[in-house]
Amino acid sequence: MNKKILTTPITDEDLKNIRIGDIIYLNGTLVTCRDVAHRRVVEGGIPLPIDLKGKAIFHAGPIVRETEDKKYEIVSIGPTTSMRMEKFEKQFIEKTGVKLIIGKGGMGKRTEEGCKTYKALHLVFPAGNAVYAATKVERIKDVYWTDLGMPESLWVCEVNEFGPLIVSIDAEGNNLFEQNKAEFNRKKEEQYEYISKQVGFIK
Amino acid sequence: MMDKKQQKEKMIELMSNFISLVSYKLPDDVESKLRELSEEESNQLAKTIYKTMFENQKIAYKLKRPSCQDTGVLQFFVKCGEDFPLIGQLESILRESTYKATKETPLRHNSVETFDEFNTGKNIGSGTPSIFWEVVEGSDKAEIYTYMAGGGCTLPGVATVLMPSEGYEGVVKFVLDRMTSYGINACPPLLVGVGIGTSVETAALNSKLALMRPVGSRNENENAAKLEKLLEDGINAIGLGPQGLKGSKSVMGVNVVNSARHPSTIGVAVNTGCWSHRRGKITFDRNLNYEIHTHKGVKL
Repeated sequence: MNKKILTTPITDEDLKNIRIGDIIYLNGTLVTCRDVAHRRVVEGGIPLPIDLKGKAIFHAGPIVRETEDKKYEIVSIGPTTSMRMEKFEKQFIEKTGVKLIIGKGGMGKRTEEGCKTYKALHLVFPAGNAVYAATKVERIKDVYWTDLGMPESLWVCEVNEFGPLIVSIDAEGNNLFEQNKAEFNRKKEEQYEYISKQVGFIK
Repeated sequence: MMDKKQQKEKMIELMSNFISLVSYKLPDDVESKLRELSEEESNQLAKTIYKTMFENQKIAYKLKRPSCQDTGVLQFFVKCGEDFPLIGQLESILRESTYKATKETPLRHNSVETFDEFNTGKNIGSGTPSIFWEVVEGSDKAEIYTYMAGGGCTLPGVATVLMPSEGYEGVVKFVLDRMTSYGINACPPLLVGVGIGTSVETAALNSKLALMRPVGSRNENENAAKLEKLLEDGINAIGLGPQGLKGSKSVMGVNVVNSARHPSTIGVAVNTGCWSHRRGKITFDRNLNYEIHTHKGVKL
């Protein structure tokens, strides 16, 4: 199987044939961006200090080490729960022109709409694999909004074959987690019926 | 013979190294369970994820770097003998060990002061790390569980008080509902901790203590053990898979810890541990000789 690699700047055309469940890898610019940064852009109307058009963001709070020559090095970096950004993500995509949103777990209806309307993807990097991910970051180019502390600063990373990234929402607005959830919930009801008959401990 | 100050410094040094170890190496029970789950997995996407996980743990151990970037707010569950020489210093020892390990490993800064809303930048703050105590009569040992509770697997935590008419059937529903809503995003395969007690706080503490119990262990009470097995098989049958992206199984296990209840209430709580369940158990004797129970063959 060929490795599907996307390189920033990413265009609408690049995303056309990508579907939920596909695995892709990323080359280029990836910026960490999470709770407060989303709130600032959407609620505060504060423009980001970096142009995200055609680029990728990562819902992540890394551990970063300052090296002796006053540069930064990623020690560990991995995704955080994307759903926390659900409230803001559609408007965030609209305002910034970002193409890939990488995180953990699924996102909801508004992000689906955002991905469909403005042509973007939500992808999952298998969480907890932070050293593996760090080895795919070639260097930190810049850092902004350091007043937010280490996890929430905007770390601008240059990445090489960053992945595996599993497509959870595609540019048509299909949502892998929502589809799976329907199946999970059906099975859960079956299990509840089965288990609840066997736990009548109060007699 | 060390004086108190020297003893304190030695214990801080050892605990700091132990915290670092827990950040980059999973306990033996978790490692072997993940291996078993990956071998049984048939879903291709899930297999790719397991492969990434094992590769990550290998590099993390080699580079001595936190295997997951979210090294959590540190929690300690302490069973301290009344005659352990540093019993009075233990809280400050654990606090200083956390700070030292944060600088040296390094760990992520995860303590945000509430209402003032600023990150202390030290990974310690008001009430963090959290320390839970049990004092043991007639003992001079200190048994310490350290746990890195990341945000992702802390999020599903929930507690409620059921009416007895809702019974253990209500407990089952409460646990299962949480798995398909929040559990998916908490980095399965999960270790699920279920606490049963009288009120929200007793149930909640029990549910976290349940996560300290080894994977594959069973509650001593026959009915509680039966509930563990039923829930484990039931949640597995839902097939959340690694990362909630579907797979053959969902959990590493379900552990129940219980205490007595008020006749009119059933307190129940759920806590989840992610696949990267970074828990360690170490016991110190009165001379600060230590034994590590969770990571066999490792020296500090």
